[in-house]
Amino acid sequence: MSAHPVASTLRGFSQALARTLVSEDAAHSGGVLQGVDPRAKLVGMLALVVASALAHRVPTLIALLAVGVGLAVASRVNVWSLARRVWLVAFAFTFMIAAPAMFLTPGIALWQWGGVVMTANGVHTAVLLVLRVEAAVTLSTLLVLTTPWMWLLKALRTLGVPVEVIALLAMTHRYLVLLAETANQMFESRQSRVVGKLKGAEQRHMMINTGGVLLSKTMAMGDEVYMAMLARGFRGEVRLLTEFRMKTRDWVAVAALLAVAAGAVVAGR
Amino acid sequence: MHIPDGYLSPSTCATMYVASAGFWWQALRRTRRQMLGRALPRLALMAAFCFVVMLFNLPLPGGTTGHALGVGIAAIVLGPWGGMMAVSLALAIQALFFGDGGITTLGANCFNMAIAGSITAWGLYQLIGMGSTANSKRRLVAAALAGYGSINLAALLAAIELGIQPMLFHDASGAPLYAPYPLHVAIPAMMAGHLTIAGVAEALMTAGLFGYLRRNEPGLVGLAKDATPRTPRSLWGGLALLMLLAPLGILAGGAAWGEWAPKDFADQAARAQIAAASGNVAAPTVAPIGLARLAGVWTAPLPEYAPRFVKSAGFGYLLSAIFGVGIILGVVWLVQLIAARKGEDAEKGAAKRIEPEHFETDPKQERGR
Repeated sequence: MSAHPVASTLRGFSQALARTLVSEDAAHSGGVLQGVDPRAKLVGMLALVVASALAHRVPTLIALLAVGVGLAVASRVNVWSLARRVWLVAFAFTFMIAAPAMFLTPGIALWQWGGVVMTANGVHTAVLLVLRVEAAVTLSTLLVLTTPWMWLLKALRTLGVPVEVIALLAMTHRYLVLLAETANQMFESRQSRVVGKLKGAEQRHMMINTGGVLLSKTMAMGDEVYMAMLARGFRGEVRLLTEFRMKTRDWVAVAALLAVAAGAVVAGR
Repeated sequence: MHIPDGYLSPSTCATMYVASAGFWWQALRRTRRQMLGRALPRLALMAAFCFVVMLFNLPLPGGTTGHALGVGIAAIVLGPWGGMMAVSLALAIQALFFGDGGITTLGANCFNMAIAGSITAWGLYQLIGMGSTANSKRRLVAAALAGYGSINLAALLAAIELGIQPMLFHDASGAPLYAPYPLHVAIPAMMAGHLTIAGVAEALMTAGLFGYLRRNEPGLVGLAKDATPRTPRSLWGGLALLMLLAPLGILAGGAAWGEWAPKDFADQAARAQIAAASGNVAAPTVAPIGLARLAGVWTAPLPEYAPRFVKSAGFGYLLSAIFGVGIILGVVWLVQLIAARKGEDAEKGAAKRIEPEHFETDPKQERGR
C-alpha cells in the first residue's frame, strides 16, 4: 500500500525543516551579508523589500532583482538552488494569478485570437506583478538564508518587537520540528497498522483523531516546557542576550542598502 | 489566502499593519499578565500546532481534499486574544522562514486570519453554544460554524483587500499596479473555494478536534465535566451596546446597492445615486417589470426599520433592533428546547440499550474463575 499523502507530506516537511535548521549552512558561510550585523541587515533588506513594493516601473524592479542576485553571489548563496526553490515557485504561483490579467485588463490590443485580446496594459500589469513578487521574495529569502534564526529574532528587537513576542517566536520555531516529527510518527504508526484502503470518512476520522492527540500532546508539552523553565529559574521575565555591536562596516552596509532602497523608490515612481 | 509581497500597495500594507498593531498590543497586554504562568509555552506550542495542522490534508466528502488553518480551535482553546497571538505567530514564522505570505503583507494576513478569524470563531462559538450543556450537539455545531465562519470571513477580507487595489492604484493608462482583479472578480474567485472546500475542511477539523477534546480533555475547552453552562456576561453587554448603537445606521445616506425600491427608478436623486454607485451606468427610467411585480409580494411589519407609530427615526431603529434580537433569541430558545428534549430521549434510549449488557455476567468468565 502506498504511503498516505499526509504522511509523505509531513515526512518531507519535517526532513526539509530539520535539514534547514540543523545545517543553516548559508547563514554561517563567510559571505558579504553574513558579515553584516543582523540589525543592519534586517533594516537594510526590509527597506529593499519595501522599495520593491513601492516600485511602479519594470526597469527598477529588474535592478532590484539584480541587486538581490548580486548579494546572493557575494554571500555564497547557491544561485541555482535559489532559482529552483524560490524563483520558480514564486513565478509559477504568481504567473498563474497574473496571466488572466493580460486578457482581462482593458487597453491597446497587442494580440488577438477570436474574442480573446491580449492588451498592452494587461501584459504590463502581469510583468510588474511577477517581477515585484520575485524581487521581494528574493530579498526576504536572502535575509533569512544569511542570518541564523536566533540572531534574526534578536535583531527584531531593533524594530520595537516586544521581548515576549520574540521569546514566543523562538519557542514556536523550536517546537515546530518536534511537533511535525511527532505528527509524522503518529501517521506512520497508524499507517503500519492499516490493511487495505481506508474510505474517505475513515481517513477523515483518522486525520482528526491524530490532530486531537497531537493537540493533547501539544498542551502536555507546553506544561512540561513550563516546568523545565521553572526548574531553570524562570520568574516571568524574558531576557535576551544582545551581544551585537555595530562596527564601521555595519554602518556602511546599512547606509548602502538604505541608499539603494531610496534610489529605487525615487526611480520607481 | 496568504497574500504574498507585491499584491497589496504599501499604503494598504501600512494600514493593515496599523489596524493589526492595535489588536496585537491589546492581545499582548492581556496575555502578558499570564506570561508569568503557563501561557508563554502554551501560546508558543499552540502556534506550532496551528502551523503543523495547516499541513493536514483532510479528505473531504466528494473526493477532494482541503487543509485547515486551525484558527477555529485555537480561538476556542485559548480565547480570542490568545488565539490571535498564536495564529499571528504561526503566520509570522510562515512568512519569515518559509516565504508563505509576504513580509510587507504580514499585517494584512494576520488581520484577516489571526485577528478577524479568532474573534469570529470565538464569537460564533460562544453565541451558538451559549447556554448549552457540555455534551450537547449544539456545541459541536457551534465549533464547526466557528471554523467555517472564521475562514470565510478571512477569505472575504483578503478578497476585499485584493479587489480594491485596481480601483485605488493604477497608472496613467489605467493599468493596475498591484493585484489586478476588481472586487467583482476577486470576491467570487476567492469565496468559491473557501465556501465549498477550505470552509468545509476548517469546519470538519474544528468540530472534530473540539469533539476529541470534549471527550478526552474537557478542561482545555472550558468544559470541566461538572461545569454548569453559563452565559458570558460580556456577550450580553456587547449585544446591548450594539442595539444602542443601532440608530447610527441612519447616518448612512441613500439605499444600499441592489436594495432599491421600484419608486427609486423614477426619482431623479435616487437615479443619480444608483448611477454613481454602479460605475456611472444609468439605471432604467422605469423599474424592471419583474422587480416591480415581486417587490410588493410581502409587506414587512416594520418597513425600513421604522414602525409607523414611532416618529423618531433613531428610536424606530432602536425598537427594530430590540424586536429583531428578541425574535432571534426566541428562535434559538425554541431550537434549544427541542434539541434538549431530543437529547433527553436519546439518553434514555441509550441507557435502556446499555443497561442489560452492563450488568450481565459473562458465563465464560464465570466458568474461568
